[in-house]
Amino acid sequence: MTNVPATPGAADSGAAPEPAGERKVSEGLHFARRNPKLLIGTGIVLALLFTGLIGPLFIDQGPNVYVGPKSQPPSSEYWMGTTSFGQDIWAQFVYGLRSTFLVGALGGGIAFVVGTAVGFVAGFKGGLVDELLNMFTNVVLVLPTLVVLIVAVAYLDVRGVVVQALFIGLTSWPWAARAVRSQALSLATRDYVDLARLSGRRTWRIITTEIAPNMSSYLVMSFILLFGGAILIAAGLDFIGLGPANGVSLGLMLESAVAWSALQLGMWWWFIPPGAGITLLVGSMYILNVGLDEVFNPKLREL
Amino acid sequence: MTLRVNDLKVYYQTLRGDVHALDGVNFDLADGEIMGLAGESGCGKSTLGKSLIRLDGRMRHVDGTIELDGENVPIADDRAMNRFRYHEISLIPQYAMSALNPTRKIGRMINELLRSRGVRPADVAEELDRRLELVGLDPDVLKRFPIELSGGMKQRVVMVMATLLDPSLLIADEATSALDVSTQRSVVESMVEFRDRGYVKSMIFVTHDISLVYQMADTVMVMYAGRIAEKAPASTIINDPQHPYTKMLIGALPEVGTTTEDTRLEGIPGTPPGLLHPPTGCRFKDRCPIASEECSQTPPLVEIEPGHWAACWKTGR
Amino acid sequence: MLELSHVHKVYRVGAFGGARLRAVRDVNLTVEPGEVVSLIGESGSGKSTIGKMVLGLTGVSSGQILFEGNDVSRIRGFSAKKEYYRRVQGVFQDPFSSFNPIFKADRVFEMIRSSYFPATSDADWRQKVLDAIGTVRLDPGNVLDKYPHQLSGGQLQRLLIARALLLDIKLLVADEIISMLDASTRIDVLNLLADLKERGLGILFVTHDLSLGNYVSDRSVILRKGAIAEMGPTRAVFENPMHPYSRHLLSCVPQLHRTWTEVDEELAANPPEDVVLPTVGEDDDSAPLTEVEKGHFVGIDQH
Repeated sequence: MTNVPATPGAADSGAAPEPAGERKVSEGLHFARRNPKLLIGTGIVLALLFTGLIGPLFIDQGPNVYVGPKSQPPSSEYWMGTTSFGQDIWAQFVYGLRSTFLVGALGGGIAFVVGTAVGFVAGFKGGLVDELLNMFTNVVLVLPTLVVLIVAVAYLDVRGVVVQALFIGLTSWPWAARAVRSQALSLATRDYVDLARLSGRRTWRIITTEIAPNMSSYLVMSFILLFGGAILIAAGLDFIGLGPANGVSLGLMLESAVAWSALQLGMWWWFIPPGAGITLLVGSMYILNVGLDEVFNPKLREL
Repeated sequence: MTLRVNDLKVYYQTLRGDVHALDGVNFDLADGEIMGLAGESGCGKSTLGKSLIRLDGRMRHVDGTIELDGENVPIADDRAMNRFRYHEISLIPQYAMSALNPTRKIGRMINELLRSRGVRPADVAEELDRRLELVGLDPDVLKRFPIELSGGMKQRVVMVMATLLDPSLLIADEATSALDVSTQRSVVESMVEFRDRGYVKSMIFVTHDISLVYQMADTVMVMYAGRIAEKAPASTIINDPQHPYTKMLIGALPEVGTTTEDTRLEGIPGTPPGLLHPPTGCRFKDRCPIASEECSQTPPLVEIEPGHWAACWKTGR
Repeated sequence: MLELSHVHKVYRVGAFGGARLRAVRDVNLTVEPGEVVSLIGESGSGKSTIGKMVLGLTGVSSGQILFEGNDVSRIRGFSAKKEYYRRVQGVFQDPFSSFNPIFKADRVFEMIRSSYFPATSDADWRQKVLDAIGTVRLDPGNVLDKYPHQLSGGQLQRLLIARALLLDIKLLVADEIISMLDASTRIDVLNLLADLKERGLGILFVTHDLSLGNYVSDRSVILRKGAIAEMGPTRAVFENPMHPYSRHLLSCVPQLHRTWTEVDEELAANPPEDVVLPTVGEDDDSAPLTEVEKGHFVGIDQH
């Protein structure tokens, strides 16, 4: 009676469906290898991470030691030149990269874990749980973060990168919680969630296999923004003298370059490496995320 | 003749190329005519409605002209179009009120709209109240917020708002599709009354529901895949359609009174062609039961009897 | 087979749940095997809420929903619900929201398999899927191994019906399943429902469109504000509507061969006989029905 609608170019696909799990992985890998955005983004992030991890091993003195002549432009001896005090900028850069990664990963990571957990629970449970968590989120959101940080850090004796990251993480999660909550709320009412219930799936499986994958790009994006945000907050704290004692970070480098008028003196080699480092790091993570999205979202794959 | 559309081509630009949403559309709209514009999703009916008032960022005017009351309408020139918008050509979208600022009272929104179009609200205030009463609304609605109104009331307010300057052409884009049947009827009847009173000269009523346009339209134009399939007086389209697509489409509509036991209706097999690379010749030929060799050439839209146009090689009488 | 008796659904709305919203009011109806029952109503009539309650996706405030003699509105526990879904399945309004966009469309079959048929061999399962796809008149080559956005709305809805047929279902709840489809394809889905009915399936067909309800159903239920206005054999309800609300609705439906003016004139020429409607007190939540002829009931009048 009824004819079958034909989708153009679909005549060839009568092949047997393979086991779903296996196909999923190999397919993702197939598209991942062909996605320039993902490859370039991952490449840069890994290169910077590698530099931060391995670089300091090849440097004999600490990053803040006055090793050479003052205000030298890049040369074969001092790859990135020296500061007005004769510190090796390359040494500062690799050490700074290391601590910047640490602050970003730890601070951003803590904020991410707290934020998504609160957001998921609030969005999916709803009701009273949602209202209480929402209230808590809003309270943290309106806390004057910087003031709290100043007070807290000023009273603490230990001023390491880890403590700094911990504080940043515990104060910057609220917006991530709100964003994740609203996403979870909207995804939880989709028909395919109901359909999964009708297929005899348990709630936690619905969350992990139906809702979370749809949010993966959103979650990665949140992490990247929190990561970048943590780096920038750390740079701000460093500037007002609450950074790690005797430490180095890209933020600290940037601030001291500005404080000692590198810009006016034309010492571009002082402020460009830390600035470019932060930009490159956050930027390539963003490109990486766009690439990931294209790999895992079948709608974007075809463009 | 209010409106004359000549070989209009409007494409959507996408990353993969141009989507030929409107590919050579020709028709006239007489003074006082209400034309129902029907078709399935993606046939270009909404694009046509939008093209007559504003091209959005992705739409590109490729070819063709539009004349309104003998004057050329420069649809590709966004600024020159301002003179026509609202004064000469007006629009009722599907969810008009929901798209507006929920924190503004309705009266204030109308005043802002009027001022932005260079009209002093005081000049038309009396007429506004009179027309609100005509569609069965208390002028007090002007002091209310959009959220306080039901769907039917909103669409009525929007209709009064859109026609306040007596435009030549009103485009209603699925204006009643989100309403319940009983509200739909009264809103549609108010629209016809506005035409009868001359508040609008003519109207294009875009909808997917052919049985609705049969209730109110003078003529019906059926579109398929970016082109016109058939245009004729409403009763001719329903009772004596000539284009095979129109015939099958009407044959697929269940009516109050038909049941599966009496008659099994049949759908149209297949799906409409993609408009990114539209097929040559007649665009319905792959789904058409009477297609033959000649259909690989594009059939022209010809007048097969006075007022009845069809684009099919098989309808040449 | 399915019997709703005195089913109510009340939502608490507003701050702290102060106000009550009566979504479904004292609904009594039955669905027998091999019978299509249409639930027809405008927005806010409670028709979709009834569908969701039958599917156990939302709770019942009071009353009973009996399926083959067991009260299913109070099913507790995951495995009992899972067993219920072996016999009762649903298809929803929006085909594009019923599929998880990041997975292939045929994953809905796999979900059924992993929940209900883990022991079936690959070959047997494949045959079962092909049979179900054939029943809904789709060509497996066109629909298997495709992403949801590569398929049309009509194909997706038929896949969902095929999914339900993999289980040995007795009742299908079809919630506005064709309202998002184009005119040229919706009739095929309706015909499919008629075929399923002939195989002995009971179908609860929820719709806002009177002409569609009329086309497939054996019995029709017209709902208004959560209560039944009129219920009876479809032919009786449509040819001889007794309730003023049903008459009003029928006079407003745009018909293909009769204009509103013609309908009004006919109505004026032979004014329908008046029936005495049941009445209830102001604070009474019940909605009694009066039998006006065999199997043909009218309910209370609400304004």
